[in-house]
Amino acid sequence: MDSTSDSTSDSTRDSTSDITSDITRDITSDITRDIKDDPDADFIALDGVEKVFDVRKKTGFLRRERHQVRAVDGITFRVRRGEMVGYIGPNGAGKSTTIKMLTGILTPSGGQLRVAGIDPARERTRLARRIGVVFGQRTTLWWDLPLIDSYRLMHRMYRIPDRRYAENLDRCVQLLDLGALLDVPVRQLSLGQRMRGDIAAALLHDPEVLYLDEPTIGLDVVSKAKVRTFLRDLNTESGTTVLLTTHDLTDIEQLCRRVMVIDHGHLMYDGPLAGLHEVGESERTLVVDLERELPPLEVESARVVKVEGPRQWLAFPAAASAAPLVAAVAARYPLVDLSVREPDIEAVIAKMYADRVTS
Amino acid sequence: MCVRSGRFRLYAAVAGGSFRRYATYRIATLAGVFTNTVFGVILTYTYIALWDEKPGLGGYDQAQALTYVWIGQALLTTVAVMGGGFEDELMARIRTGDIAIDLYRPADLQAWWLAGDLGRGAFQLLARGVAPMAFGGLFFSLALPGDALTWLAAAVAVLLGVLVSFALRFLVALSAFWLIDGAGVAQIAWLASMFFSGMLLPLNVFPGALGEIARALPWSALMQVPADVFLGKRTGMDLLATYAFQAGWAAVLLAGGRLLQSVATRRVVVQGG
Amino acid sequence: MAEPTLRDGAARDAPSGLRDGTAEGPLARALDGLRAYRMISAMWIRSTMAYRASFAMTALGNFAATALDFVAILLMFSQVDALGGYRLAEVAFLYGAASTAFGLADLAIGSMDRLGRRVRDGTLDTLLVRPAPVLAQVAADQFALRRLGRVTQGLLILGYALFALDLAWTPLKVLLIPLMLVSGAGIFVAVFIAGAAFQFLAQDASEVQNAFTYGGNTLLQYPPTVFAKDLVRGATFLVPIAFVNWLPGLYVLGRPYPLALPTWAAFTPPLVAVACCALAGLAWRAGLRSYRSTGS
Repeated sequence: MDSTSDSTSDSTRDSTSDITSDITRDITSDITRDIKDDPDADFIALDGVEKVFDVRKKTGFLRRERHQVRAVDGITFRVRRGEMVGYIGPNGAGKSTTIKMLTGILTPSGGQLRVAGIDPARERTRLARRIGVVFGQRTTLWWDLPLIDSYRLMHRMYRIPDRRYAENLDRCVQLLDLGALLDVPVRQLSLGQRMRGDIAAALLHDPEVLYLDEPTIGLDVVSKAKVRTFLRDLNTESGTTVLLTTHDLTDIEQLCRRVMVIDHGHLMYDGPLAGLHEVGESERTLVVDLERELPPLEVESARVVKVEGPRQWLAFPAAASAAPLVAAVAARYPLVDLSVREPDIEAVIAKMYADRVTS
Repeated sequence: MCVRSGRFRLYAAVAGGSFRRYATYRIATLAGVFTNTVFGVILTYTYIALWDEKPGLGGYDQAQALTYVWIGQALLTTVAVMGGGFEDELMARIRTGDIAIDLYRPADLQAWWLAGDLGRGAFQLLARGVAPMAFGGLFFSLALPGDALTWLAAAVAVLLGVLVSFALRFLVALSAFWLIDGAGVAQIAWLASMFFSGMLLPLNVFPGALGEIARALPWSALMQVPADVFLGKRTGMDLLATYAFQAGWAAVLLAGGRLLQSVATRRVVVQGG
Repeated sequence: MAEPTLRDGAARDAPSGLRDGTAEGPLARALDGLRAYRMISAMWIRSTMAYRASFAMTALGNFAATALDFVAILLMFSQVDALGGYRLAEVAFLYGAASTAFGLADLAIGSMDRLGRRVRDGTLDTLLVRPAPVLAQVAADQFALRRLGRVTQGLLILGYALFALDLAWTPLKVLLIPLMLVSGAGIFVAVFIAGAAFQFLAQDASEVQNAFTYGGNTLLQYPPTVFAKDLVRGATFLVPIAFVNWLPGLYVLGRPYPLALPTWAAFTPPLVAVACCALAGLAWRAGLRSYRSTGS
């Protein structure tokens, strides 16, 4: 049994590395070499993990066509105990599918997967006691009941010792500012409040790993900051391993030293965030509002990518400073307002693609 | 004139949209047809036993009684005997305050929801009415009308039935303006509708005064009346009187809804939404 | 004055409570499931009881709504003396037994018909990451004490029937009554679970389940002599809800069953219930497995 699954995963790994970009392979193998004999290094271990879905597409009134979608197509990586890793990629790239396999919700179609030495798909309930999961889009709390009732239930369901529960709840309530919310039914909480409530719920049983699927999606600036500070403290003070998916590059910038990019089911990049910017040679965008409609502005070191009435979008290299550009525009054109947009993940990845095709 | 035709087009679009929205739930519709058919079969046998015991009960022969069963299954969702139409959504909008937005739309609140409900009713009649009726006709001897006129007359009665049903449910939904928890009102409305529409048993079979009262109440316009028209029990002047009965209740109840709506609107405006 | 810190280095020496208590083997899993079920339903009951007036109203509503079926039977008997050869008290006996058994099952796991919705909106995933069997979590979700209304209604009518019937009671018949109610509830529980398992395949088809749960209940409220033989056969051998009340009930009433079955068949409902629950459990497992491999 074991030997067969090993050989399959080996062959998958081989075929994957052909597909995966050079950068990914280098970095992955670097990491694997460094940490070979350390048990904590393989805390989360994926080897050629695949997930294939059968999708039926409607082609006519009653006709349906079946075809396979490889949502995760041979992914290999290691996460060391205590690491905090960002897992990013565009919609439908396979992020959530990976998280679902790591938590045991989905059974992988191929490859090997271990979290704290446990096979999630086979021992889902045993693993459940050791992990915490936060889904940004849906709550794990009981919707119609007060927040505290959900916590009480977690206490019993996870068999958390009374003292431990009281201590953890106290800390979460303090750090996440939940005191006034405990008696409020979950459905009445704002998105930010609910998210904080969800994070606390995922931590009451001292999980060794915390998975966060889009933890800051839809949150206001203050809530985002609160959540980020909390997560950073959690990771540094108690050494909880954190894996988070996000659309917000700022999340990664502020929290993770390591980032993995996934697209079309493949691991495109695995390394520091700075490296990602280099790889993508991403661009920032200056959005300017002019007094009136004008033809596309002509400035050095930037190009107009979009015009909409008196508003224009100018792309410039992410590494360059915005100040000289703003000065140049203001000197020559009637400027009313402006703002700078950071590159989003889609843009970075699109750039990675473009580079890969040209090189 | 131009404004009026514009209005009409708007409501037609709302009705069409509602029809299509219900049409997207194909599997759910199939499941509903299956369940309607199963209940139709069970009820058919209990009616056979009942009419075996007392032929001619309620003025129906056995074939007519069985036809009544399948009309019931066909109309159950069309006239929303058990609710489940627009009213849950409207109540939710009232509770969350979104209703304030609706009030500022350039369309009339009641007419807007009525158009949607007519679209829903049309879909339910076609999708969930036809198949169980066909099944019943295939496996049991039913008394289906032979002439097209009776079918047409029944269709008009069903339309009026949907109107009365809508008017009743609109009143129920508006109660959410005054009651924090409209569940109680909805529950009572559900009970009344099940009992007095003739869904449980033809109202003709209800004994004595109970039958008299039940046949005069608005709920009888939902099922008993369309069924009687379909079974050819109402013709000529009698048919017109029947329509007048349904239309009368529809007018009274719709006017009641309108009154309630204007009171509620004033309330919303005063409270600022 | 110490700053609050997060769980000082507890990751390595996790409290022993987290390490043990993991269910192994089917019995331990079942106990684990029952424990989770008890905890979740207890929480719902507590939250219901916070609004006693509202609870009383909805329970009364449930009582009235479920009593409508019996009102229909009463209306029928206002016109006739017998239905399918059965008198009112006898029909009331069958009705009361079916309604109580169904009511108990509905009370216990009536929320299972929401499974399709949970699959559609993805909230099933949140149950899968908790350390308790998913079936127990789904079954206990939204536990609604108001459903006692139907149980009460069924028991009242059963009580009336037992009072009105003039039966030659034997110890065996007396014993059969509670056995019938509990086994009947078990059979309906199996139907609920099988229906939910079907929703893993067709998420929008929760109404199909109604045909077997509510439809089955309606069927059993009338004597089997009313129905065509094929329908009775189907309800006996295919979806064996006849074992809820028809087989044991007709034995108590001293009536012959329309199909040629040995007398001892009247005492088999507990076995049928266990077998049905086992099959439904397998169907549930297959459904959950398919969900976990397809994610939809």
